[in-house]
Amino acid sequence: MLQRFTTNVWKGRWAYFFIAPAMIPFAIFTAYPLVQGLLLSFYKAGVNRDKWKYIGLKNYTNLLTRDPVFPTAIKNTFLFVLGVVPAAMVICLFVAVLIYPLSQRKQTFFRAAFYMPVVSAGVVLAMVWVYIYSQEYGLLNYIFESLGLLNLLNDGEKIGWLAQTNTALLSLAIVVLSWSLGQPLILFLAGLGAIPEPLYDAAKIDGANSWQSFWKITLPLLRPTMLFVLVVLTIAVFQVFVVVQLMTLGGPANATQTIVYRIWVTGIVGSKFGYGSAMAVILLSIVSVVAIVQFKLLDRQLT
Amino acid sequence: MAATAYETSGGMLPGDQMLRRRYLVGRWLRYLALTIVVVLALILLIPIVWMILGSFKIQRVALAYPPELIPSNPVMDNWERLLIGRPSMRWLLNSLVVAGGIAIFGVITSTCAGYAFGKKDFPGRTLFFWMILMTMMLPRQIYIIPLFVLMKSLGWFNSYQGMIAPYIVYPFGVFLMRQYMQSIPDELLEAARMDGASELQLFRHMIVPLSRPAIGAIAIFAFMAGWNDYLWQLVLATDELWLTLPVGVAKLTASGVGSIDIGVSMAGATFAVIPMLLIFLLFQNYFIKGITVGALKG
Repeated sequence: MLQRFTTNVWKGRWAYFFIAPAMIPFAIFTAYPLVQGLLLSFYKAGVNRDKWKYIGLKNYTNLLTRDPVFPTAIKNTFLFVLGVVPAAMVICLFVAVLIYPLSQRKQTFFRAAFYMPVVSAGVVLAMVWVYIYSQEYGLLNYIFESLGLLNLLNDGEKIGWLAQTNTALLSLAIVVLSWSLGQPLILFLAGLGAIPEPLYDAAKIDGANSWQSFWKITLPLLRPTMLFVLVVLTIAVFQVFVVVQLMTLGGPANATQTIVYRIWVTGIVGSKFGYGSAMAVILLSIVSVVAIVQFKLLDRQLT
Repeated sequence: MAATAYETSGGMLPGDQMLRRRYLVGRWLRYLALTIVVVLALILLIPIVWMILGSFKIQRVALAYPPELIPSNPVMDNWERLLIGRPSMRWLLNSLVVAGGIAIFGVITSTCAGYAFGKKDFPGRTLFFWMILMTMMLPRQIYIIPLFVLMKSLGWFNSYQGMIAPYIVYPFGVFLMRQYMQSIPDELLEAARMDGASELQLFRHMIVPLSRPAIGAIAIFAFMAGWNDYLWQLVLATDELWLTLPVGVAKLTASGVGSIDIGVSMAGATFAVIPMLLIFLLFQNYFIKGITVGALKG
């Protein structure tokens, strides 16, 4: 048994040679920090390494019961995910189905337009949107005023999109949404291309109308793509940070605090390594549970 | 308006699926929906246009309300202050080195590991592969604090190696390359082995040339990931000369809307977009290939 194992290992020596360049840095810069983060979350740990102290679950209990901001940050992060992910899925599906029949050149234009914000990077978009959202001189208020929407919504007063608790989170979510469309759209277009055309012909012969074909053929056959998009998007939106750090700093009145922003403020800026790591572990648990649930749910529907 | 089933357009080549048109609804509804799509596309492009226009406005014009849609008196002032008054060329260099380094390492580690995972059988293959795959699904921020502590003890703040090291392995690249390797027929490799090619020769003269399309996609995605890795670069760069371009231009905005120098900030944002935009326009097909390869087979 052992001998067979060692022969197999010896036979695979070249394979180990080829994975070594990946596995060694992986161990140092990913696996080791992951484990250390887990351990750190049970410590009171600051800049001075000699004063690190084991405190059991205290970081966790403090976070969930006594921290004035963290529960809000969890709630906001979920609001981001629940708002942006379904919106992005629906919009991309809608756009993909509509532009799929267009000529290749038109498709390329739309793909590029929707992918542009992905390329431009979150930082840049956040900077531009700060300007656009500005209360006194922002483009958005000007557009709303021109369309008569300011009169309708706010008695003609200009809206402080990032300064009001009831609009700040939504305003940030729209920026995040704007860069969340490019990748799903390309995936959906590819998914549509993979659906065999004769299926539609057969459905038509059987007297199905286009809505029926959409619900009975397009959607079920797109499900693997949808699952992939759903999981990838969810994980991406859970990491929302740039918009918060550049546009609101978590305000007004903590309305836009998110988990990753708290990790940065507490763990990095505030040097509370233990406390921040506990936040990270909670984020890890949430993301894992959500991803697993998504897999299970959609997998069941698949079979 | 009759909601016909998808129209089969006339004069179509048989079997040419890309040209087949299947429409969901009737003509007018379709035009309405397409209008919505066009409006959506415009909404996504407006911020980019607004940014470019803003970079040519002096502060008084930038703060005007109602805004001047086209600056009546465009100035190069902001660009001068950005390119001469700030170390923005250094920031550009930093970003190119970091993103380029991440792309090069990503390609090397992904190709080697992807080859082993896709074409070789060895004890621990599934375990190792899943370990890497898991981190593709994990937000990086989860271990950013211990990584920060590690960098501190290594003294790697304000350094290229610090910004690159955590990205030497690019999990998505490993995944993509493994998928790609599985499409290379085993017989091809066997034949080369029969001809007496050593493992290294095989890798250099067969695997690498054959996987060129995947290498292209990985290089671009790793480069983009490195270019946009704002949080980690923000954490590591404390010295102005070591900021990367996105972090550097973001500091021009310094949160707190009132006092920003909008023109310079928009010029900075534009400057930070240009390199990625060029890469995107030049290599659009690689982007699409990279995005779809990973998903459809996985």
